[in-house]
Amino acid sequence: MTHLPASTSSQGKTDRSQPALVTPEVLIAPPARPTWIAAAPHARGSDDKAETTLRISSFCSWYGAFQALHEIELAVPKRRVTAFIGPSGCGKSTLLRWINRMNDLVPSARAQGTLDLHGEDLLSRSIDVVDLRRRVGMVFQKPNPFPKSIYDNVAFGPRLHFRMRRGDLDGLVEQSLRQAALWDEVKDRLKDSALGLSGGQQQRLCIARAIAVGPEVLLMDEPCSALDPKSTARIEELIADLRERYTIIIVTHNMQQAARVSDVTAFFFEGRLIEDGLTEHIFTNPTNKQTDEYISGRFG
Amino acid sequence: MTAPSGLVRRGNTQRALKNHVFKWFCGLCAAISVVVLGILLTSLVMQGWEHLDWDFLRSAPSRKPKIAGIGPAMWGTIWICAACAIAALPLGVATAIFLEEYKPVKPPLRRLHSFLQLNISNLAGVPSIVYGILGLTAFVQMFGMIGNLNDPALTVGTPEDWYYFQLPFGRGVLAGGLTLMLVVLPIVIVSSQESLRAVPGSLREGALACGATRWQMVWRMTLPAAVPGIMTGSILAMSRAIGEAAPILVIAGIVFIRFTPHHLMDEFTAMPLQIYDWAGRPQEEFHKVAATGILVLLTILLAFNAFAVLIRQKFQRPLQ
Repeated sequence: MTHLPASTSSQGKTDRSQPALVTPEVLIAPPARPTWIAAAPHARGSDDKAETTLRISSFCSWYGAFQALHEIELAVPKRRVTAFIGPSGCGKSTLLRWINRMNDLVPSARAQGTLDLHGEDLLSRSIDVVDLRRRVGMVFQKPNPFPKSIYDNVAFGPRLHFRMRRGDLDGLVEQSLRQAALWDEVKDRLKDSALGLSGGQQQRLCIARAIAVGPEVLLMDEPCSALDPKSTARIEELIADLRERYTIIIVTHNMQQAARVSDVTAFFFEGRLIEDGLTEHIFTNPTNKQTDEYISGRFG
Repeated sequence: MTAPSGLVRRGNTQRALKNHVFKWFCGLCAAISVVVLGILLTSLVMQGWEHLDWDFLRSAPSRKPKIAGIGPAMWGTIWICAACAIAALPLGVATAIFLEEYKPVKPPLRRLHSFLQLNISNLAGVPSIVYGILGLTAFVQMFGMIGNLNDPALTVGTPEDWYYFQLPFGRGVLAGGLTLMLVVLPIVIVSSQESLRAVPGSLREGALACGATRWQMVWRMTLPAAVPGIMTGSILAMSRAIGEAAPILVIAGIVFIRFTPHHLMDEFTAMPLQIYDWAGRPQEEFHKVAATGILVLLTILLAFNAFAVLIRQKFQRPLQ
C-alpha cells in the first residue's frame, strides 16, 4: 500500500532511514503534482483509487478509567482531506492527538490498537516521537505563534531538525510562507513580531510553521474555531490548495466546513466511529440514523 | 426593567456608603506601611548623614568612630554574594527546569516529584539560622571527616596566594557564600518555577508539535520566555542574601577585620555583621556610624530592587 507513483518518489518527502543526509534542496523543491490526482481539485472524493496513508484499526484509548475511544477502524486516504466531525467530547480530538503522540504529555492517557503509517505502528515504543512529529505536523485550535519574529516562527522547526545554510533557510521560509498563502502579506516585515499579526494571519503562520519541516500528514484541530468568517474562508481555500501535497485530517465542529473542505468524513459519537465514507455520501445519503440526525442538526 | 417580585432591593445609598468606607480603610492600611518606612528612613538619614562620605566606604573599622569605615565589610559582602550567586543561580534554575519541564508521567515517579516539590517549598520557610548551622557543619568543618580547621586535609598553595584552597573550607568566603546559597536556593527555585509556569502551555505544545525534544523546547522556547521572571526573582533573592546576618554570624562570627578578602578561604565580615557590631557598642557615636552603615546597605538593596523592576518592565513582553 505504500507504492508511490514514480513521479513522486523522489519529491517532497524525505528519506526516513537517513535523516542526516536530508538536503535542504529536497525540502525546498515543490513536490510535483502526482499524475493520478490530475483531475483534482474539483473531482473531490469521487475516485476510490486513493492510497491509504494512515490505517487505524481496533484503536481504543483511555483517560484513567474513562474510555474515550472504542474500537476505531478507519483508513485515512493519501492526499485527501479527512474531516472528523461529532459533538463535543466524542473523542475526535483525542484520536487526532494520538496520531502525533501529543497525548504522551497527558499523564493518564493510554491507548491500544494500531495506528499504521506506511507500515509503522505509531504506538510502538520504538517510534521516535520527535521524528514522528516532524512527519506529522499539527495546527491547533487557537493560533499559537511563538513570541518571536515571523521569520523565526517559520524557521523554528527546520532549525530543530536540520543544519542549514542561511540562504537555504531563507528559501525554505519563503517557500513555506508562500504555501501558506501568507508571503505577500508579510514579506516586508519578516523581522516583526508574529504577535502583531491578525488572528487569521497567525493561524496561517502556524500552518507555514507546520509545513516548513516537510511533513507528510497535517493534523488540524478545529483550526478556524477562533477565527472570523473571512479568515475562515481563507484558511479553507488554503486547505484546498494544501491537499495536493499533504494528507490532511481536520477536526471541526462546523458541518458546513466539513462539507466544503473534506473528501472523506468520519462521524464520531460517544467515543465510537459511527459512520465514515466519502463526504458527499455522508452529507447527502448517510446510512446511519444518528449520522443523519447530527448532520441535519437535530442533536449535537 | 422591574425587579423580580418577592425580592427586596438593597438600598443604593447603603451600598455606595459601604464601598466608600472600604476604599478608605484599604487606603489607610496602605498609608500606614508607607508612613512607617518614611519615619525609618528619615531617622536613619538624620543620624547617619554625619559620617556618610567616600572615606566611610573605603576605610576599615576602627576604635575611633570618626575614622571608622565599612570598606572590608562591603568587600566581604561582595565576595560572599558573588560566590552565592555563582553557586545558586545555575543550581536553582536547573532544578526549576527539572521540576517544571520534566514532570514525570508514571505514577511512582510522580509521587517522588511531588514529594521533592513539597520539600523545596518547605525549605523556603526554614529560618536562616538553621542554614547557618548546616553551613557550619557541612562547609566550615565538613562534618569533621576530612581533617580539622587547624590541620586541613588538603591545601592548594599558601594563604598568601590568591588561589589558596583548603579542605575543609574553614570560616572563609567560600563557606559563607555556599551557606548563603542554601538560604536563597529555595527562593530561586520557587520563583524560577513560577516564571516557567507562566509561559503558556500552547507555546510548549507548539514547539513539541514541530518536533522539538524537551531540551530544545526548554532552551529555545520556555527559558527565553521565562528569563525576565527568573532574573527578577534571582535579584530579589540576592538582595535577601545581602541582608542576611544570622547565617553569616554562625559562619564568620563577630571578628575585627581590617582587610578585604584575598582568596576564597580568607576570613571576612559582612555589612549586616558590621552594623550589628557597631549598634551593640556602648558609645553613642557608634550608633550614628551604624546608621550610616544601614544607609549604605539600604541604598544597595534599593538599587538591586530597582534593577529588578527595570528588567521586569523592559523585558516582560506579553505572551498571548
